[in-house]
Amino acid sequence: MGLGSVDFDYLRNLVRTHTAIVIDDGKEYLAEARLSPLLRKEGFSSVPELLQSMRVKSFSPLHRRVLDAMTNNETWFFRDLVPFEALRRKVIPEVIQTRGLSRRLNIWSAASSSGQEAYSTLILLHDNFPELNHWQVSILATDYSQAMVDRVKVGRYSQLEVNRGLPITALAKHFVQHGLEWEIAPRFRNMVDCRLMNLAETWPEFPEPDIIFLRNVLIYFDVQTKADILARVHRRLRPDGYLFLGGAETTMGLSDAFERVPFEKTAYYRPKGVNHVS
Amino acid sequence: MRALVVDDSTAMRSVLRLIFKKAGFEVLEAANGYEALNKLTEDSTPVDLAVVDWNMPVMNGYELVTKIRSDERYNGMRIMMVTTESEISHIQSVLAKGANEYVMKPFTPDTIQEKLQILGLSAGA
Repeated sequence: MGLGSVDFDYLRNLVRTHTAIVIDDGKEYLAEARLSPLLRKEGFSSVPELLQSMRVKSFSPLHRRVLDAMTNNETWFFRDLVPFEALRRKVIPEVIQTRGLSRRLNIWSAASSSGQEAYSTLILLHDNFPELNHWQVSILATDYSQAMVDRVKVGRYSQLEVNRGLPITALAKHFVQHGLEWEIAPRFRNMVDCRLMNLAETWPEFPEPDIIFLRNVLIYFDVQTKADILARVHRRLRPDGYLFLGGAETTMGLSDAFERVPFEKTAYYRPKGVNHVS
Repeated sequence: MRALVVDDSTAMRSVLRLIFKKAGFEVLEAANGYEALNKLTEDSTPVDLAVVDWNMPVMNGYELVTKIRSDERYNGMRIMMVTTESEISHIQSVLAKGANEYVMKPFTPDTIQEKLQILGLSAGA
């Protein structure tokens, strides 16, 4: 049985209310694809039956699991590679120069999903900047999904996940094998502060980030929410900090507060109005 | 760019051939390490990347990597293992012999593309 308009509208209203993520018209197939794996576990024979059951109940753990399934958690280690090259060749050398006195480096991986971005960054710092061993380096990893936050805390990945984007030398050096799963070394896990956070709602207090990764998440929000998130990012980011967006994302038309710094085929952003060292 | 795909499974060679062709490679094939060495000596045009399975008859992937790395004619060649072997001790041993990257089966075409990026061999690199 296909997904009718009443069920589809209920689902996208639910997703929009709780995550501010917009699901466009004609994406019924996406809902079917994302929710089908849940059916057997939850005891339903079809997606419409699942949604009809949810509609007559108040918000429950089942609603939360459906929301988790509907949000896109796909990511991989060193995703897109070029932003990490920018980090290695430009951003971190500048940070080492400007923060040499405080020796503190705070990074925020927003919408961190299963944590590959946060752990890729820590691996990059460890393998390329031994001087940072004497710094206080921390990464805040936040995600809307409790299931994802729990995964980042554990730092365990399947064989398929470690295959994706992770140089084999990094796997051999920084992960411990447990059968078909691989666990990141405790020294990296202990540097990550994992928290539940919805970018579209009130943000908790956290240390002022030097670097913010907000990659491949704005695309899911409407224009007003995108602009609001970027305004708040600007307030939270250090005035001489760095912002990384996804390859298909830009601040253009959403915020005038950032300047674009080109790097190879991509770019990162910095708050305007400060004399940067670069 | 040229890739030499070495795998005893014709089905796996077909899959890999399609992926590497799509990534812009001219693809040669061999069914085991011995055949691969013959292919390399028969043809003087350099191979940029050897894509090597581990478990094969006649000469396995580990032996092939050892032979390639002991022959200075192939100094510029990169080696990507694509294999079901996933034990860390196996991975470490073939890296020590000179393999550059490692993909554990099963994999997706994206996985190969990401590894090519790491090796600086992707079309966009």
